[in-house]
Amino acid sequence: MNRQIVQLFGVVVVLFAVLVAFTSRWTVFEASSLEDNPANRRPLLEQQKVPRGLVLADDGRTIAQSRRVGRGSAARYVRFYPTGSLFSNVVGYSFIAYGNAGLEKSENDALAGDRNELATIADELLGRPQEGLDLHTTLDPSAQSLARTLLLRNGRGAAVAIEPKTGRVRVMVSVPDYDPNRVPADFAALNRAPGSPLFNRATQSGYPPGSTMKVVTAAAALDSGRYTPDSVVSGRSPKVVGGVPLSNCCTEGNGNFGPLTLTEALAKSVNTVWGEVGEKLGKGTLLEYMRRFGFDRKPPIDLPRNELRASGVYDRRGRLLDEHDAIDIGRVAIGQERLNVTPLQMAEVAATVANGGVLMKPQLVDRVVARDGRVEERRKPERVRRVMKESTARDLTKMMEGVVSPGGTAPTAQIPGVRVAGKTGTAEVDNGTANQAWFIAFAPADDPRIAIAVTVERTQGEGGQVAAPIARAVMEDLLGKSGG
Amino acid sequence: MSARTRELLALIPVSLLVTAGFAALLITRSADINEATATYGAVFLGLCVAAHLFIRARLPYADPYLFPLAALLAAFGLVMIYRITPDLARKQAQWFVFGLVVFCATITLLRDHRTLERYRYTIAAVSIALLLAPRMPGIGGATNGAYLSINLGALEFQPAEFAKIGVIVFLASYLRDTRDVLVRGRLPRLSLKHFGPLLIVWGAAMLMLIFIRDLGSSLMFFGAFLALLYVATARISFVVGGLGLFGVGAWFFSNHIQHVHERVQIWLDPFKHGVVEKEGYQIAQGLFAQADGGLFGRGFGRALLELPGGGTILPAPHTDLIYAVIADELGLFGAVGLLLVYLLFADRGFKTALIAGDAFSKLLATGLTAVMAIQVFVIVGGVTRVIPLTGVTLPLVSYGGSSIVANLLLLALLLIVSDHARREPGRGGVV
Repeated sequence: MNRQIVQLFGVVVVLFAVLVAFTSRWTVFEASSLEDNPANRRPLLEQQKVPRGLVLADDGRTIAQSRRVGRGSAARYVRFYPTGSLFSNVVGYSFIAYGNAGLEKSENDALAGDRNELATIADELLGRPQEGLDLHTTLDPSAQSLARTLLLRNGRGAAVAIEPKTGRVRVMVSVPDYDPNRVPADFAALNRAPGSPLFNRATQSGYPPGSTMKVVTAAAALDSGRYTPDSVVSGRSPKVVGGVPLSNCCTEGNGNFGPLTLTEALAKSVNTVWGEVGEKLGKGTLLEYMRRFGFDRKPPIDLPRNELRASGVYDRRGRLLDEHDAIDIGRVAIGQERLNVTPLQMAEVAATVANGGVLMKPQLVDRVVARDGRVEERRKPERVRRVMKESTARDLTKMMEGVVSPGGTAPTAQIPGVRVAGKTGTAEVDNGTANQAWFIAFAPADDPRIAIAVTVERTQGEGGQVAAPIARAVMEDLLGKSGG
Repeated sequence: MSARTRELLALIPVSLLVTAGFAALLITRSADINEATATYGAVFLGLCVAAHLFIRARLPYADPYLFPLAALLAAFGLVMIYRITPDLARKQAQWFVFGLVVFCATITLLRDHRTLERYRYTIAAVSIALLLAPRMPGIGGATNGAYLSINLGALEFQPAEFAKIGVIVFLASYLRDTRDVLVRGRLPRLSLKHFGPLLIVWGAAMLMLIFIRDLGSSLMFFGAFLALLYVATARISFVVGGLGLFGVGAWFFSNHIQHVHERVQIWLDPFKHGVVEKEGYQIAQGLFAQADGGLFGRGFGRALLELPGGGTILPAPHTDLIYAVIADELGLFGAVGLLLVYLLFADRGFKTALIAGDAFSKLLATGLTAVMAIQVFVIVGGVTRVIPLTGVTLPLVSYGGSSIVANLLLLALLLIVSDHARREPGRGGVV
């Protein structure tokens, strides 16, 4: 019998080896696929047990914080947004059942305190509790609040203000917006609400840019060496562009101008001039300059990829067009055709001209700081590329100053004692019954500290009347703070 | 060094485990420190030392490692249960005390285990009655579709835990009588008289599938039966035939009994949409918990268990899924360590069988050890998805009064066999 008993023990050893093999399978070999299983709520519940870091405005004001609910082992943390709707679309929200949006999503790892594996183990050994890191943003609450109030008075729209030299985003507003504290209670209603408040118009909306696009066209015209600010072009109307007559509708004297310099043509926003310039430059050149400004791809800003949209010429199916497609480039040059752009992109256009022709990476986060004050990460300004020669930028700045002068389309954007450079835009929408009003600008023109893009949806007014005063007020607020 | 001194020394690691375990828990849950918890470890150790002294007096020659290994498992279980639900740990400790009383009473009353042979049919009848009791109206009732427990007033009682010991005693005694016939007989000459009882055991296992509807207990009984049959007869054909019959029966019932069928489907794909939220929730959450543990685990008291709204993320964390909690908190290494303790226990049990002087003692020790090892395989295999998950306890570790008392009774029987075996050296030598 003893031999059989030993054999039986052998069988037991084999059975236990199977148990060890399967335990290793679940704990080690298939652990990560189990963690990613949608039925596994552990990662979400785990995150709730760690207080997320704060999101702070540029002046230190708290935009998002975690509050403890429950006690002892049942304690969990729930997000609270003291500033309510003010930063809703850019900072977003974070709730277990509804996921994350905005900076709460793109910076989730930092906010949840998920640093690299090694640092986490070190923390564990040293007994440091795992905690979220604080996010210090570049956003300015008072300018944000001002932009939001002014936009709300005009219905729907967006505004983005950027520091040209650094790419730091000072204001990013999209209205209508929402109170992130209401997300858990009203998520379904917010999703259905008119005006799509959860949608960040500043980075996700594709609007026809209207005449603000002439800044891009002018940059291409001057920088390619084909034109100078003093080049004379005929301003007669109508003029055949892309095989179809184009006229300067709605401007004084039936829009029929004589010969004009490019500077005058920009100040008065003469469509037939810029349409002709666009055609002369051709698809290749204009699209090349658009790409240098950042068109045709999502901007490299620290927001979730799915909340960004590339600006460019789209076909009906939502495909971006290029040189090989049939495009009426003369109308692209004046911001028509199937061109649509985001407010963020147009703010970058203004900022690039302001920064001597160099495009900076737009950034919302200045630094990531641990609870004990250690700076974990400092986000330095990053240069993306030179878009145009410095001399081109200088010339273009002078031309844009003409827009804000008494003879231009936006004297409403003047700030006493400060030189402002800008460009208005008014694109017809809804079969000509309403306008998409735009204004892009930067100031002071001789030493730019702020660049801005403001747009208002479906308004009866024009860019110079509706958008320019908002841009002026916000720029004044931001410049006043920096001592200028 | 005498066996008993070795036993006493082997209790030192147990004391370290209890102390370290409770200390770790007290540190992680500084929120609800109280005086009583700090004394748990000390009281537990006192009990173990008392039991040791009792063994020293009554069974001086018994195997020195069986009791410390069992104490290690019980201590480990107590710490885990305390971590899961402190209130249940207090109850479990009370059951452990009662179990020790039963343990001592068994050793005192049963001077020689061979007297059990005289009552083998009585024991068999009582065991079968115990197994069927949960189906009796009034005292029985189904949990998750399986009939596992009976209610006697305030007391809930899992009869299968005791029945397993009774069945092993009966089989050991019966096979000692008939093994010669079974070994030598050619098939035509083996009459129903010899095979009858074996067919009855097979039938009983199938009946358990139908009546108790518990694949786990059924597997545990039938596995122990085959193990004993093989050890008694050395005929592999019996084992193959038995496994075949069990396979056919299990296949038939899994296709014809809804409850068993469901269990098998969940086992095959617990993550299926619509299953993972309901029937498959338990096994899926058990696997998620293990994945959470990784190599080294989260540490005592650090794993996610309580849900924010109350309740636990793992259903039955203190019974069926305690292995998943262990893997979560102590990782692969902790879980394998626990399995090794069971393997060491099995090793000592089989060693006792090897040195036992007579066939009944050998078969009894083999059967008791095998049934315990198979029970571990059935529940851990269920939690790790080797086999369908069923509701048997992890011996000495899971929460459960019947389980802990029955397993201490099993330990008492093993120690009695061991004491006799080592008292009469020569047959197998002292190990």
